[in-house]
Amino acid sequence: MQTCLVVDDSSMIRKIARRILEGLNFQVIEAEDGVDALVHCKRAMPEAVLLDWNMPVMDGYHFLSHLRRMPGGDQPKVVFCTTENGIEHIARALDGGANEYIMKPFDKDIVLAKFQEVGLIEVPA
Amino acid sequence: MTPPDYEYLRKLLKDHSGLDLSVDKQYLIESRLLPLARKAGVAGITELVQKMKGGSSSLITQVVEAMTTNETFFFRDKVPFDHFRDSIMAEMLQARAGRKSLRIWCAAGSTGQEPYSLAMCLKEMSGAMSGWRIEIIATDLSQEVLEKSKAGIYSQFEVQRGLPIQLLVKYFKQTGEFWQINADLRAMVQHRQLNLLHDFSQLGVFDVIFCRNVLIYFDQDTKINIFNRLAKQMEPDGFLVLGAAETVVGLTDVFKPFPDRRGLYRPSGARPTPAKAPAAGGALPKVAAVAGH
Repeated sequence: MQTCLVVDDSSMIRKIARRILEGLNFQVIEAEDGVDALVHCKRAMPEAVLLDWNMPVMDGYHFLSHLRRMPGGDQPKVVFCTTENGIEHIARALDGGANEYIMKPFDKDIVLAKFQEVGLIEVPA
Repeated sequence: MTPPDYEYLRKLLKDHSGLDLSVDKQYLIESRLLPLARKAGVAGITELVQKMKGGSSSLITQVVEAMTTNETFFFRDKVPFDHFRDSIMAEMLQARAGRKSLRIWCAAGSTGQEPYSLAMCLKEMSGAMSGWRIEIIATDLSQEVLEKSKAGIYSQFEVQRGLPIQLLVKYFKQTGEFWQINADLRAMVQHRQLNLLHDFSQLGVFDVIFCRNVLIYFDQDTKINIFNRLAKQMEPDGFLVLGAAETVVGLTDVFKPFPDRRGLYRPSGARPTPAKAPAAGGALPKVAAVAGH
């Protein structure tokens, strides 16, 4: 089973994301900021990261920068999931190594579409 | 809603659009038409039907559009667009290399996500398509969805379902909470109002026809009739793309499946299998095309 690390300082968002991702057959690990997320990644690199931008301690953009420099850090598919819905943020995220980008609010259909886009979930033939 | 109301609406929808509702779809009528009833200032479906019987043609049009408008999204089902790039365009680049032109018809274009997805595919191939003249014709029964398609403005939800983020950044401009597809892609798509039950020979002959997730709503004879007429609008080496749950097999021999590519068909050259009865609407009146983007 693939693992998705959900990184968001909102416990409600983490709960909603967990419900969606477990419904898509992912094992879910939660982190409340970028530092917490890096600890999890050092322990075991997940296949996917659902990543908020604005968090205390370390934000999503800086977490991504650290992740991509770690051994094996190029492997996880990183999907931003944030209220930052401006094109400048999107472009910065993609330049920083993100694979996809979700603008909040989100639903199961959007998560599924984005995870299919990055190859984490197969598109039905 | 009384049984006579339901029967009246079933017959009206069949006659006007070919939509073939089975006997137990009252819930669908209620969910689509109760909001329309409220907007028309009447209490419910029975009162809406009375108003329609009173001769309100604009209300009839609104009812037909409310029942036939279906949700779509960018790169819906993904696989047909992989077929478009890898099979259809790979062949057409060679087959049409002499005349360097291509005509594509989206026969249920709805709010534009399908024709604009094709436009984006073609833009991504821009090097190979240099000097080519591409026409994408998007038709739909509903003038309302055509207007939305022409505007090319989509909500945050709509641009996140099926559209890769790289293409959003490349081909759309953000205006507040909405995203508009760029003008050069809007210019690639022409829009026409069209009822598939009616004569569409005036559209001309196409290299590629997308007719996805619309024929499922028609009865068998109507499907056969439309397939037979689609075959006449297609180049002998053209392609027909249907929805995942659709097939021509068992209905008509005018198309044959493309091997190993589900949903993809080509003209077979066979004589059309006649339908048992005329399509809904009887003789096919010409429909005046609505020109422009």
